[in-house]
Amino acid sequence: MSLPARWSQKIEAADPADEIMELQMGPSHPAAHGTIKFNLKLDGERVADCDVEVGYLHRAFEKMCEQGTWTQCFPYTDRLNYASPCINNVGFALAVEKLLGIEAPERAQYLRVIMSEVSRITDHLTCMGMAASELGAVTVAFLMIEGREMLYDLVEAVTGARLTVTWCRVGGVAHDLPDDFKERIAIAMRHIDGLLSDCDKLLSRNRVFIDRMSGVGILPQKDAISYGLTGPLLRASGVAYDVRKANPYLVYDRFTFDIPTGERGDNYDRFNQRFREIPESQKIIVQAMGELPAGPVMIGDPKIALPPKERVYNSIEGLMNHFKLIMEGIKVPAGETYTAVEGANGELGFYVVSDGSGRPYRVRVRPPCFLAMSALNKMLIGHMIPDIITTFGMINMIGGECDR
Amino acid sequence: MLTDKLKEKFGADILESGNALGEDSIVIDREKAPEIFRTLHDDADFAFEFLIDVTAVDWLERRPRFDVVYQLKSMSRSTRLRVKIRVGAGDDAWVPSAHPVWKSADWLERECFDMFGITFRGHPDLRRILLYDTFVGHPLRKDYPFQKRQPIVPEIDPITKPLRPTK
Repeated sequence: MSLPARWSQKIEAADPADEIMELQMGPSHPAAHGTIKFNLKLDGERVADCDVEVGYLHRAFEKMCEQGTWTQCFPYTDRLNYASPCINNVGFALAVEKLLGIEAPERAQYLRVIMSEVSRITDHLTCMGMAASELGAVTVAFLMIEGREMLYDLVEAVTGARLTVTWCRVGGVAHDLPDDFKERIAIAMRHIDGLLSDCDKLLSRNRVFIDRMSGVGILPQKDAISYGLTGPLLRASGVAYDVRKANPYLVYDRFTFDIPTGERGDNYDRFNQRFREIPESQKIIVQAMGELPAGPVMIGDPKIALPPKERVYNSIEGLMNHFKLIMEGIKVPAGETYTAVEGANGELGFYVVSDGSGRPYRVRVRPPCFLAMSALNKMLIGHMIPDIITTFGMINMIGGECDR
Repeated sequence: MLTDKLKEKFGADILESGNALGEDSIVIDREKAPEIFRTLHDDADFAFEFLIDVTAVDWLERRPRFDVVYQLKSMSRSTRLRVKIRVGAGDDAWVPSAHPVWKSADWLERECFDMFGITFRGHPDLRRILLYDTFVGHPLRKDYPFQKRQPIVPEIDPITKPLRPTK
């Protein structure tokens, strides 16, 4: 079979004498958690080139958002990064609120911060647990999944669902915290502290783990920036860029937390990066719980917020208000905005365009792991086949977000 | 003001500029886009290290029909900028690729091509990315009905047929 010119050129430059083998890895490979295909060119066991094929989980997110009202987009955003759905909800709500020129009540902003950080921890735990289990450290995976489940139970208590939360609304959030939330989150945070220290003992001097992670998949700062990487991957390459600090949204500017950074930008740094970000998120949660203000969690404007059910069932005004909001949707003034939040994987941006009707004209989500996947080729060339798994695991590609 | 500085620098190459909701945006001339991108990236006054996003908006009734929208971010100067290029439909639906300046343009422009059918001239490997090669049409265009079905494509044996065509 004749090779496409693009590949044969690179391969000749690497080693003209060796024969090149083609290998298609995926789209459903047991070691790659995610539906993705790697079209590999192998020089022995070394990766000479890797063409990454994404899109197997494409569900027309952006097209479907144009079909309903603004509020009806929230369930779709849950299914973007389904390891941290609250952050997606918050990002979309902030974008629409910016177009409307409103702000959620203070308590709702605090709740959004708390749930975003809880989601960030669940996302990091999922990513690290899976990555560790792929290297044989199944104990770590179970410990981390246990911690994650504790937090998912909390998410369920607040929102009613573990993953498909649909918790934010334009102008606030759907439900306030349950009564026992404060005690439960304190227990969960203590538990996370314990499991992080256990995992640290299991991994930080573990020869197998370090050998497999260290020096693999290096992406220098310059490339990381050029490829548009954000979030833990960029910070692992030594760039202290975090949307929560660079463009503070919600009430993030009221909390003290640090932005840890790595040095080399290899897989070990990326793992460490996520490991060190969890305590920072915990700090934010503790501070936010401590100064959580009382008050409503939803804006009072009847053009935006649904009336309480008693009014809907017992008064014609309430019923009409409810009907208009459900059938026609919130009237968002014509305009456009790009609003970014710090997702668990990096900058999660929503570019929304309104034409003044009750339906979005265009909703574009800027998926952080899509950009990270585009740099995978660069990270892999020259490494071994088993390194694909660790590098791919550390990118933390979430199919729902990457393919939308 | 960022837009004033841009107008001073590029003059008539900036067709429109504005600041709505605290976000700066400019509309630039397609022919001048490569130089403007290069300056926005290299010039220390702007220093847009990140090409955050590339997408398009289809204004079906308007002429020219499409806005190609670039979101830029400068980390060192802590600014954001939205750059738009207006292009028409059919043969006119092309813009110069930003890939020589930012590598993130690679996949972002492929996606925009996939979804809107806008050609990025000078892109090293412009092919569909989220959809398959035999997909008919470009689904995020406003004249593509959201319930439209696609023809069933015959199965291709990956062993006897080459992999996805590459440029």
